[in-house]
Amino acid sequence: MSKPKKEEPNAQLMQGDEACAEGALAAGCTFFAGYPITPATEIAEILSLKLPQIGGKFIEMEDEIASLAAVIGASVGGAKAMTATSGPGFSLMQENIGYAVMAEIPCVIVDVQRMGPSTGRPTRTSQGDVMQARWGTHGDHPIIALCPSSVHETFDLTIQAFNFSERYRIPVILLMEEIIGHMRERVVLPDPATIEREARLQTTVPPDWYKPYENYPTDVPPMVPFGQGYRYNITGLHHDVRGYPTDRPDEIRPWLRRMRLKIERSLSDILLYEENNQQDEDGVEILVIAYGSVARTAHHAVEMARKRGSKVNFLKLQTIWPFAEEVVEHAAEGINRVIVPEMNLGQLALEVERVLGRQRVHRVNKADGTMLRPNEILAAIEEWTR
Amino acid sequence: MRRSDRESRLHDHYLRHSKKFPNVWCAGCGIGIVLGAIVRAIDELQLHRDDVAMISGIGCTGRMPVYVDFNTMHTTHGRALAFATGLKMVRPDMKVLVIMGDGDALAIGGNHFIHAARRNIGLTSIIVNNYAYGMTGGQYSPTTPTGALATTAPYGHIEQPFPVVELAKASGAAFVARSTVYHIKELQKYIVQAIDKAGFSVVEAVSYCHTTLGRINKWGTAPQMMRRLKENSISQSQAEKLDEEERSSKIVRGVFVDRHIPEYTQLYDQIIKRAQAAEVAG
Repeated sequence: MSKPKKEEPNAQLMQGDEACAEGALAAGCTFFAGYPITPATEIAEILSLKLPQIGGKFIEMEDEIASLAAVIGASVGGAKAMTATSGPGFSLMQENIGYAVMAEIPCVIVDVQRMGPSTGRPTRTSQGDVMQARWGTHGDHPIIALCPSSVHETFDLTIQAFNFSERYRIPVILLMEEIIGHMRERVVLPDPATIEREARLQTTVPPDWYKPYENYPTDVPPMVPFGQGYRYNITGLHHDVRGYPTDRPDEIRPWLRRMRLKIERSLSDILLYEENNQQDEDGVEILVIAYGSVARTAHHAVEMARKRGSKVNFLKLQTIWPFAEEVVEHAAEGINRVIVPEMNLGQLALEVERVLGRQRVHRVNKADGTMLRPNEILAAIEEWTR
Repeated sequence: MRRSDRESRLHDHYLRHSKKFPNVWCAGCGIGIVLGAIVRAIDELQLHRDDVAMISGIGCTGRMPVYVDFNTMHTTHGRALAFATGLKMVRPDMKVLVIMGDGDALAIGGNHFIHAARRNIGLTSIIVNNYAYGMTGGQYSPTTPTGALATTAPYGHIEQPFPVVELAKASGAAFVARSTVYHIKELQKYIVQAIDKAGFSVVEAVSYCHTTLGRINKWGTAPQMMRRLKENSISQSQAEKLDEEERSSKIVRGVFVDRHIPEYTQLYDQIIKRAQAAEVAG
């Protein structure tokens, strides 16, 4: 047994769901609306206690559809707002996720993934909502989804989710997993004074000049909360720069373009990942790409494989949407075999295959509610090393 | 001030000039009359436009907010009350009006309607009841009369309609009134009272859809349907003189609920005070 670590005064034992709630508070969240669902309920319980302490508001709505609607309404009123749910509730939220994309309303949606489809297994872990996070709402649209692999990272990425949602006026999905949400780990949270919080962009123009949807001064126009003298229209219909419904292709096209560009032009900011490359870079045979809790299993397996003489690089994706195409391409340069372990039947692997081609990609999948074990990934590494 | 001067002042002040009219509604539609009553009610209350939010769902009635110079939001179908709940919670100082059709408020949004009423959150709901889904062409809605024809009830409608007033009352609303688009002054008066009410208020504005249900059922032109609202509606005191069967064929107008119940955002302010006091006390 290793010696206990030196006592740190701020060290605490914390659950993933708790870290998410704490991250939200640290990010400046002042509004939460939600509906009870395993394994995300703890987030609501904690925020019902803590939000009023800082003058924030909590409400338990009648369902998940209403929860996200209230979150969007609160954001329009100027609050940083979040909801948290799991698969069935995430399915119900899809229409309003699209609304937040269309109307460009910042908000954070936490999905603590459990086994699906349908009611599935509420207390069993999964990475089954990866594609739903990308394409769950109808129509072409950009989205940002982040995937934490530990309790501490849940805290960090929750803050990041708020910051991205404000910076890009887009709903951000924090894709947790039951295993992350319910796991307790020792964490030392950062000093609140050191945490970066993105403030909502302020306009510099008077009300008469304000256009909530123009590409000025950047692709992300400032959003003025309701009730501050800038009276304008918000709609889920395609709209012109003032927010008025339009059918005109010449007014719809610039919106589509700005929607795409506001994310594409900022990939270097949005794409979060960690590379853990083989020290001796010559002759690397295998690249393992993983995210969420599987990234920890995979990292463990990679180290085991290295000890046994395999040459393996490892890429952990924290931002899974937009998909880090160039990062993956670059990481796989000169490597013939790429292993993508996931706790689903192969979802992000589809993206890796799209970028690298099916021949190079080997999937390791488990979707029975139990976590992938290092040995299972190690076996794949060794099979492909031979 | 002459009436025409007053009307043109209202137009200048409350309608959006950067929005190209005409509106989406059919000629003869009652929705514009409800909008007129809302604008006059807000003018009567001398509310500042910055302090008014108008939130709607989907359908013909859902298109109302875009024309008026308030903080306006056209949301998803049936969810306007839920969006408005979030806004009202973070901006309790604002007057939040929620404009819905009968399908919007009572079918897809029925759950939100009863729960918003139960919470008694300070939203003013105005339900324009035209007894049908108009924008999609006259399908039966939760208020379509039994026996009526609709594009989805070609053999006659077999369901019973929701009594909006009773539903709102039983769900806990603080103020519930009903009038029609014929009785403009009365409608305006009820909207004033509803906006003024601290809790959850409901005004059912009975209208018609002459281009869909009216045409299919041969109920006549818009003026004829308007005349029927006049002839077929009665006050509560008139209703009391009728037996139940006679009453059931009439539209009863009036204020049905006006009660004092603590309003949700005010109660939540007390939660905040309690939470902060507990934290100080440790």
